[in-house]
Amino acid sequence: MHRFANPGQFLRLSGTLVPWLSAGALVLTAVGLIWGLFFAPADWQQGDAVRIMYIHVPAAWLASAGYAGLAICSVLSLVWRHPLADLAAVEIGPVGAGFTALCLATGSLWGKPMWGAWWVWDARLTSVLVLFFLYLGHIALVRAFDDPVRGYRAGAILALIGAVDLPIIKFSVDWWNTLHQPDTITLTGAPHMYIGMMWPLLFSTLGYTLAFAAIVLTRTRAAVMERRIRALLMARASAQEPG
Amino acid sequence: MDHLPYIAGSYALGILIPGILAITAFLRVGAARRRLAAIDPRANRPGTGARTRRGGSQ
Repeated sequence: MHRFANPGQFLRLSGTLVPWLSAGALVLTAVGLIWGLFFAPADWQQGDAVRIMYIHVPAAWLASAGYAGLAICSVLSLVWRHPLADLAAVEIGPVGAGFTALCLATGSLWGKPMWGAWWVWDARLTSVLVLFFLYLGHIALVRAFDDPVRGYRAGAILALIGAVDLPIIKFSVDWWNTLHQPDTITLTGAPHMYIGMMWPLLFSTLGYTLAFAAIVLTRTRAAVMERRIRALLMARASAQEPG
Repeated sequence: MDHLPYIAGSYALGILIPGILAITAFLRVGAARRRLAAIDPRANRPGTGARTRRGGSQ
């Protein structure tokens, strides 16, 4: 693992991975969305509004998975002082916030025709809103210190405390009576979904997941290069100082 | 297709938000690569992950 903590090694590996991830993301997302929008069947109860699922479900999955990634980077940062983990955590924040905003917005657009309301203070919706604020808090906190290392540490602690929200999001539909429907696809049970709807959902979920990974890797590559630029400029400035 | 405005809005956001995140990320890494190549000639060596498009300094 520490082999990949080397920035040069990371730049080489991610430079190879990003084009493949980006191409896979484009193809799979396009297939999933076109299939879901034009060829997948409408729901007998919800009609065509069910097509929002092909955006909403991947966004919801990535909102939680992105935060789990942030929490893992925080552990690596606090325990092993992994330099790339700090940069990756900083770069996951805005991407995760973007996908959480997408999840909330598409949920709202789905809720209005189905429930008759843009928003309800339902356990699932509220816990995802809390997740969105946790992302925003992390983004603000890591940038709030003059010393970046102190910002990384504070952000890591916030990310780990906020990880408590992840099981609450997952089990909110089981623990409380919610308007939001229970999970349709689980790891242990058979899916309660027509196969003609499940395939485009799998394509779009995989496509968006690859896109998320490609964006985070690209942002982290940029952060590594920017850090190298700052170090070079500081070394140059200190070499030019008299005495 | 019923509920078309809601579906169209969702798909527009589903393309727009990841699209903006992706474009800004690729522009940022391109700018960082060019700047690094300008101040550090070693960054142009193959395998450093920070080459310019032509392999030369800018």
